[in-house]
Amino acid sequence: MCLAIPAQITEILENNMAKARVGESDTYLTSSTMLLPEPPTVGQYVIVHAGFCLHTLSEEEAQESLKMFRDIAAVLETENQGCTVKPL
Amino acid sequence: MTARSNPLAAFSDPHLCAPLLQRLERALEGKELRFMEVCGTHTVAIFQSGLRSLLPACVTHLSGPGCPVCVTHDAEVATFLELAQQKNVIIATFGDLLRVPGPDGTSLKHAQAAGAHIEIVYSPLDSLRLAQANPQSLVVFLGIGFETTAPTVAATILTAQQQGIKNFCVLSFHKLVPPALQVLLQDVECNIDAFLLPGHVSTILGLEPYAFLAQQYHVPGVVAGFEPADILLALCLMAEQRREGKPAVVNAYRRAVADTGNARAREIMDAVFAPADALWRGLGCIEQSGLVIRPELADFDAMRRLDLHLPATTKVTGCRCGDVLKGRIMPNACPLFGKRCTPAQPVGPCMVSTEGSCAAYYKYNLE
Repeated sequence: MCLAIPAQITEILENNMAKARVGESDTYLTSSTMLLPEPPTVGQYVIVHAGFCLHTLSEEEAQESLKMFRDIAAVLETENQGCTVKPL
Repeated sequence: MTARSNPLAAFSDPHLCAPLLQRLERALEGKELRFMEVCGTHTVAIFQSGLRSLLPACVTHLSGPGCPVCVTHDAEVATFLELAQQKNVIIATFGDLLRVPGPDGTSLKHAQAAGAHIEIVYSPLDSLRLAQANPQSLVVFLGIGFETTAPTVAATILTAQQQGIKNFCVLSFHKLVPPALQVLLQDVECNIDAFLLPGHVSTILGLEPYAFLAQQYHVPGVVAGFEPADILLALCLMAEQRREGKPAVVNAYRRAVADTGNARAREIMDAVFAPADALWRGLGCIEQSGLVIRPELADFDAMRRLDLHLPATTKVTGCRCGDVLKGRIMPNACPLFGKRCTPAQPVGPCMVSTEGSCAAYYKYNLE
């Protein structure tokens, strides 16, 4: 029951509610936006738990994290090829 | 973000994992790392992804008290069952609670079969619709869950107040994660080197409530996401902090967790609930680790409204859920595991919920 899932806002509804699509599926959730510090906009990703949006996902942070993961891979790959790169 | 480019999907790329494993092995320097996660979703993510089989032999995964169903005390389940006996009451609950056995071995499922009106809901808000559709009955929502769930229940109570829905109340047995971590660290037998901190609880709390882990106990704590790469990165950070001798509480799930958490959700939670001592299965009574409904909202408090009391109960003989939740033993070291206690016939709640330590161990790792 801890489960929370990311979903993309597709429609803003009345009474602090929003419709959001889960992944690329045909599943849509109608969730309250009452707990979000700022009202979401269509296209944003939110974390949904028990019918409530808890957080608006940060695209910038997501891209930075991905870059970091890929940088780790690149550095270790270079090292494995015998180059002298400072270990992380 | 648009539907055409979903950057979240990229985090599940398995190619991200191999370099992290290499980095982890280097940071470990061959030393044992006993890490504990305290989130049911982490439990399932670690087992389901097969990550355990990839981890170096010196890494031990402990599944702690992170499943709200698992930490629900016998006495609380007995109170649910007492409530189920009342006339004109509809119980609204998350489905996970239905099969948790109480002290006498019966569950809400048995009560339902005997005629109690019990409805499974996805959201606490669904209970309000249930109340509006059944004006002659009192709808009682069973409030279990940590800081992720408590704000949703608080928001539901405030909505009920605002909409004048009077035939609705909540039996609040919500629990708080940081006080439980403190109890685990005070128990020398638990022997935990680092905590994998819960992603969704931290979405609400932020980092500050965990600061004591590093400051007081010199134990690293890393907030992590749920993809294998997220978890491996967190393990790298734990091992590196230890190698450097600089334990800290850090956020490795920045796309979903702000360091300061969600202040609005905390305000709503604080407006409805006050901290109080609470009973945890396996951990006993922990000071200020639960949430009760504030006196000014007494009409929404099932304990007050229906004059309910937690009964004194005795422990189920042989069930070692408590030792499992503390990381003292692995689930299969419990004498009941896989014999008298299975997902089909659970004795303890750790075997009931799909996110429970014992259920996950049984499903993915039965040896």
